[in-house]
Amino acid sequence: MVQFSEDKLKKVNEIIARYPEGKQKSALIPVLHLAQNEFGGWLSPETMDYVAGLLNILPVEVYEVATFYSMLNIKPVGKYVLEVCQTGPCMLNGSDEIIQYIEDKLGIKPGETTADGLFTLKPAECLGACGYAPMMQLGKFYREHLTKEKVDSLIEECKAGTAKVDS
Amino acid sequence: MKLLLDKAHIEGIRYYDVWKKNGGYQSVEKALKMAPEEIVEEVKKSGLRGRGGAGFPTGLKWSFIAKPEGVPRHLVCNADESEPGTFKDRYLMEFLPHLFIEGMIISSYALGSNTSYIYIRGEYAWIPDILEQAIAEAKAAGYLGKNILGSGFDLEIYVHRGAGAYICGEETALIESLEGKRGNPRIKPPFPAVQGAWMRPTVVNNVETIATVSPIIMIGGEEYGKIGVGKSTGTKLISACGNLNKPGVYEIPFDLSVEEFIFSDDWCGGIPKGKKLKACIPGGSSVPILPANLLLKTAKGDTRLMNYESLADGGFATGTALGSGGFIVLDEDQCVVKHTYTLARFYRHESCGQCSPCREGTGWMEKILLAIEKGKGKLSDIDLLWDIQRRIEGNTICPLGDAAAWPVAAAIRHFRDEFEWHILNPDEAQTHNYGIAHYADPLEIAV
Amino acid sequence: MADVPNFKVTIDNITVEVPAGTTILEAARKIGGDIAPPTMCYYSKLKGSGGKCRTCLVEVSKGSEKDPRPMPKLMASCRTTVMDGMEVKNITSDRVKDARAGVVEFLLINHPLDCPICDQAGECKLQDLGYDHGKAGTRYEFQRRTFPKHNLGDKIQLHMTRCILCYRCVMTAEQLTKKREHGVVDRGDHAQIASYLDQHLDNEFIGNIIDVCPVGALTDRTFRFKNRVWFLKPLNAHRDCPTCSGKVTIWNRGDEVFRVTARKDQWGEVEDWICNECRFEKKKTSDWVIEEVSPVSRHSVINQNKYFNLDKPKETIDEIIGKKPRLFLDIHNVSKVNEKNRDLSMIEGPANSKDFKNKQQ
Repeated sequence: MVQFSEDKLKKVNEIIARYPEGKQKSALIPVLHLAQNEFGGWLSPETMDYVAGLLNILPVEVYEVATFYSMLNIKPVGKYVLEVCQTGPCMLNGSDEIIQYIEDKLGIKPGETTADGLFTLKPAECLGACGYAPMMQLGKFYREHLTKEKVDSLIEECKAGTAKVDS
Repeated sequence: MKLLLDKAHIEGIRYYDVWKKNGGYQSVEKALKMAPEEIVEEVKKSGLRGRGGAGFPTGLKWSFIAKPEGVPRHLVCNADESEPGTFKDRYLMEFLPHLFIEGMIISSYALGSNTSYIYIRGEYAWIPDILEQAIAEAKAAGYLGKNILGSGFDLEIYVHRGAGAYICGEETALIESLEGKRGNPRIKPPFPAVQGAWMRPTVVNNVETIATVSPIIMIGGEEYGKIGVGKSTGTKLISACGNLNKPGVYEIPFDLSVEEFIFSDDWCGGIPKGKKLKACIPGGSSVPILPANLLLKTAKGDTRLMNYESLADGGFATGTALGSGGFIVLDEDQCVVKHTYTLARFYRHESCGQCSPCREGTGWMEKILLAIEKGKGKLSDIDLLWDIQRRIEGNTICPLGDAAAWPVAAAIRHFRDEFEWHILNPDEAQTHNYGIAHYADPLEIAV
Repeated sequence: MADVPNFKVTIDNITVEVPAGTTILEAARKIGGDIAPPTMCYYSKLKGSGGKCRTCLVEVSKGSEKDPRPMPKLMASCRTTVMDGMEVKNITSDRVKDARAGVVEFLLINHPLDCPICDQAGECKLQDLGYDHGKAGTRYEFQRRTFPKHNLGDKIQLHMTRCILCYRCVMTAEQLTKKREHGVVDRGDHAQIASYLDQHLDNEFIGNIIDVCPVGALTDRTFRFKNRVWFLKPLNAHRDCPTCSGKVTIWNRGDEVFRVTARKDQWGEVEDWICNECRFEKKKTSDWVIEEVSPVSRHSVINQNKYFNLDKPKETIDEIIGKKPRLFLDIHNVSKVNEKNRDLSMIEGPANSKDFKNKQQ
């Protein structure tokens, strides 16, 4: 059953109050972020319908938005999503090798999740860290100046559950 | 001369106490004693041009805002920084949030916005916390909220996080996204200044533009306008990346030469391992790439400077644009075909899919470029690419079409020989790159 | 309402006066003929439609009397309003023709080129657009984008592969029904029309999305592949319907009603929205009072050999170029075929039926 806690519901109402009255649809993307964090890292149809109900909008309006933005997952993902930037400036600094290295190390292709459900590899387009390339997003934070060694230790941290992905 | 990053080195400058101790919030106190129109006038006098990429005069943009009776107006800050090569706004927000908030307060006051929004790209997930903390600190100090400093002006600032879409950097797409919709750009007119967010008059400005308003108020518009070269007034943040010894965010004077910026130890410190400069995209991925010879000197032989006019000298035939200041350097071992392919992939990925030339054309260009890169291209593909980009450019709803077309056009214009080599030597092209030899003289190629 | 001033606008050298606020496209439609730009997404009956397909781009060579500067970019005529003294080039502009050919090519790179097996053939706007403005052959050599077919309920089929994302069906659902159940999901070249969870669209007016679809993406499951449209005879008919106006076009072969659609005007736009009951349930001639044969464009394949005495469309060519065209060969002067009361078999010449008969003997 998809249901925000009292605390989160308060947060939702706080977000809605930021926008003009009757324009509660504006809160959709922030609330979807909240829901994705809360309900397993992705937006199930049930979650989306729940959000539609909270904001008093049509379910299709939520589907339209959830499928448009690349950070909103409409399919289940691993516990840790390794989003490695592959656009121009990162490519110039060897992002292809980093992606290949992760593929080989975890035995998954871009877009796939490891069998243990721990990792998803998701090549990303420019994340705005071009000067600190190659880089990836892991949870809330950026991991920059990546090397194979850094990737190794990052994966170890994730496995040990010590990687910082949220504040 | 530094106007934005002058305090960036101070320990703890992110926090209100340190910021205040170092002269913070003086510009807000000064501005709120002025009339809103006076601030618009100062910004006009300063010659400040939008720092998001288009370079439209900010004061003029502000003066367009409609003021219908009884309808609220909004300032929305475009912090959806997503142009490949650009990461300057992130630096400002992460390290100097109070400078930015000062700019937000003054700009909101000038425009008569009582509720302003910061639309930040979703991937910058940790930055809203920084901004919200700065907003809370400013509010506690009386610089936000009701009747700020007894001026009678009320202001709330909210941070709105996007969720991953480059297109939301286009101002009408950003407004749609703020309204909780897909980031489909609107068909203009009506312009946001008349009907923007929730059909209310809205001004959308870039982070750096807004932050710059604070020093403009401090030193005065006229003084600000004297800094710089010609119509490039003030200073500009450049985010340097690619193959550089010291990539990062720099505040540059507009009379700095491109050569000095790349090679001087005061700036980017040259190219790693002593490699040669092959090419550069000086203003974010959308602006034309230039080969080294045209980058350092204009076609007329003048030294090229880091400003709007000098970089644009020669038009797109032999020039480029300052754009958003995303400065991408390619060394001699880089492949222009592959680099152009990654950009084409980026634009295909980020096209909203609303209008047909961009939706279909970006994907087509990506496929052709990938085929060439993988050694499966034909010579006729080069002309086909040219034809596709030509028919996208100018024919789309929003500038993403142009942004996708220009990098491909410029790559073919200046590096046609490299494309041909790739196609004629498919096996060789898989093992090594073309290098930097034999640039076609760009002046001989018809545009 | 206050009086709206009239603006003079000149499109392809023909001047017309329209009220302020009129779009270039509507002004051009007022002139008619080839001057009216083609439209794939604009639909005058749907608020907010247009601007997306880019087929109606025109060149504004003079902004207005007050500000005569030309507009640098081609403008979407469906969303650009006229100014007094504006001058517009449509088919007289090479830039427009080139851009339009480009748009046709873009729309077709991922659209299947299998018109003969498509149910929309014969009344497909993309087919018409391709004939009128496209180039022969394709330069696209990659695999085309395909989607599986979806049934949106038992009456409507969605085949996304053919969709050109005009958004008309989404706007129709938005504006005709209280609860829109389908929309555009995903983005870029993967964007698609969908109900997301494959729901049945359930609204008594939802059938209209079939009529507004310019291509074969949305088709009537009660009609699909039962017949080809050019074998059918469209008849305007009505019935006393409690839900809608009951004014429809029924498509007959003999006495059998094969399908029911809304009536369409000369631009192919629905005149009155009709309800699902009229569209899907009333398939007997006895359900209807037949009024007349529906007018069909003379260019349409549906028109073949069926009609007489239709109003001839206005010829605008001499108005556009400002004089009578000089013809290489004026067939009317040279040929005896057009002489009145001429028995064709009596024309002297290398071959006539008489010669033919003589030889056989």
